[in-house]
Amino acid sequence: MSATNYIKRYQTLASSLSGQNLPWLNTLRQLALGSFSASGFPSPREEEWKYTNVTALEKKLFAPSSVSASATVDKEWLETHKLADTWSLVLVDGHFDLLLSDLAGLPDEVIATGISSALENQPDRVKALFGTSLGTESHGFLAFNTAYFSDGAFIGIPAGIVLEKPIQILHVSTRNEALSNTRSLIGLSKNAEAKLIETFVGLLGISYLTSAVTEIHLSENADLDHYKLQVETDKAYHFGGVYVKQEKSSRFNQHNLSFGGLLARNEIHTELAMAAECEMNGLFLAKNRQHVDNHTLIHHIEPHGISRETYRGILADRARGVFQGRIVVHPQAQKTSAEMNNRNLLLSEDAEIDAKPQLEILADDVKCSHGVAVGQLDPESIFYLVSRGVDRETAKNMLTFAFANEMVEKIGLESLRGRVQEHLLNLFPQTGIRRDWL
Amino acid sequence: MLKIENLHVRIEDKPILKGISLHIKPGEVHAIMGPNGSGKSTLSHVLAGRDGYEVTEGTVIYKDKNLLEMPPEERAREGVFLAFQYPVEIPGVSNVYLLKAALNAIRKHKGLSELDAFDFLQMIKAKTKLVEMDEKFLYRAVNEGFSGGEKKRNEILQMAVLEPSLCILDETDSGLDIDALKIVSDGVNSLRSADRSFILVTHYQRLLDYIKPDQVHVLAQGRIVKSGDASLALELEERGYGWIDQTVGVAA
Repeated sequence: MSATNYIKRYQTLASSLSGQNLPWLNTLRQLALGSFSASGFPSPREEEWKYTNVTALEKKLFAPSSVSASATVDKEWLETHKLADTWSLVLVDGHFDLLLSDLAGLPDEVIATGISSALENQPDRVKALFGTSLGTESHGFLAFNTAYFSDGAFIGIPAGIVLEKPIQILHVSTRNEALSNTRSLIGLSKNAEAKLIETFVGLLGISYLTSAVTEIHLSENADLDHYKLQVETDKAYHFGGVYVKQEKSSRFNQHNLSFGGLLARNEIHTELAMAAECEMNGLFLAKNRQHVDNHTLIHHIEPHGISRETYRGILADRARGVFQGRIVVHPQAQKTSAEMNNRNLLLSEDAEIDAKPQLEILADDVKCSHGVAVGQLDPESIFYLVSRGVDRETAKNMLTFAFANEMVEKIGLESLRGRVQEHLLNLFPQTGIRRDWL
Repeated sequence: MLKIENLHVRIEDKPILKGISLHIKPGEVHAIMGPNGSGKSTLSHVLAGRDGYEVTEGTVIYKDKNLLEMPPEERAREGVFLAFQYPVEIPGVSNVYLLKAALNAIRKHKGLSELDAFDFLQMIKAKTKLVEMDEKFLYRAVNEGFSGGEKKRNEILQMAVLEPSLCILDETDSGLDIDALKIVSDGVNSLRSADRSFILVTHYQRLLDYIKPDQVHVLAQGRIVKSGDASLALELEERGYGWIDQTVGVAA
């Protein structure tokens, strides 16, 4: 796909990008730009992008914003998206906004700031993390992100620190036809523990492009719960990639909750060293003409790793969903235990799901399993509910909600769980299920 | 309460019920017995309104209304309750939630307001005692991971909460050990009243040791071939269904 429009338009941007004075970053940006110029956004001809066509982006030209629009953000609206009892780091249209963030009381040794200010104040720490989790990953969106990212979150948690409250990174879009392009780096040193929520929202009715790349590095025995809540507007385009490198005995517990966007692509990739563990839980819902693509990749590099992956999708109307889950067990990764399960519920004749589990097992002493199912609501269950006096429509909504809610109940963070249930209830307004009944 | 006249039912092209007539007065307990494949479960399903059955002839009048014209949820709201032979597991829907949704749908139908949370909980806790069920079951998903006995007790709990007029128990005794059978029967007996009727569909006489029926009907090959009082069940127990099959064979 041609990216000429973007490259021409963004030429003027170069001088305002963060980290100008850093040769290593300029080199990376130049290389990425070269790659993006050559191949543009990913094409459905690429195997990993077979089910998701982003051609529409080429016709649109989302404008980058050079500063945060802090002053114009409706504070009350923003508060509705903040979770109670968390530290927050707010990114508005791709720029870190200190005034809207709440980082008071964070332990002194913990770093939580915008990546552009980190590039000014502690460039070596950024350099040490930048690109390490991404490894050899490459496609048009990643190149686009590296070439043009404006800002992002930079979080460093030193060895042995256990954060008492979660940190929420709030990605906010406020401008129509605008681009939010962020690179975030998260590093947990040895034995550190944290909970992180990334929320993606936009002002009602606007159309925009989010391109968010989060690199996470977990040192030995570090423990991270990572939640992604994607509730972009119904006209938004979302590309969000989370790339993780897990050192020995580290734990990564991920929940990918994807409800919004006209077109959304979620990538969650991780690489496990010796005895590392990861859990990936996904719930995606799409209705009308929404398209949601989940691409997961788990590399078991060393022995004794454990991965558990559970994804559920609900597709209504003419929506289309994709689940591509790939697990690679490398030759050295003996005694690996990997399980993958994906179940999808189609609520209409016109809804569609492409589910593609891939297990590549190159070691011989492993325990791996996978299962994929696509189906409709069970008529027996509907009759059971109806025979108790519940009307048919409510019965169907209850069962759909229940299918989703089983994933929501896995969310350990209570404030987020409640928030997610509210999003679900709004999606199925006829359910008749009320918060106080749950 | 219920008047079934000459009911003929088929599944696809296969006739299952071939002219059932049955009158049940308020407060009566009727047992329907019969060998496998006689049409017992079909009768309960047709009364509850399950899809897949075609009524080709006959009428069912429930409280002066044409039952067969009502969708299943309306039958439930009008007081018809089917205790399932195989209660369905519904992961993600809690027991207490289903009870609330069902009870409120029924109350709304009757023009009553919703019970407030406190009254509901008090009422429901009292009912769990009736079936000797631990309150923690209320917060578990409907029937998920329940043992056979727990599932059947849960059906009786729903019945106790929804207070129907016509209770149809479809092989509720199947798969129950003697203790569970006693708990279930005690639950049913405590719900007996002058304005509530029961249809007990069962293969075995055993259940009728605990719940004494007013009438026993024997169903074979889609027809009621014999009716009598409680002693008929004992006779069946003694002589087996072979005796009935012979009777039908002679009659045909």
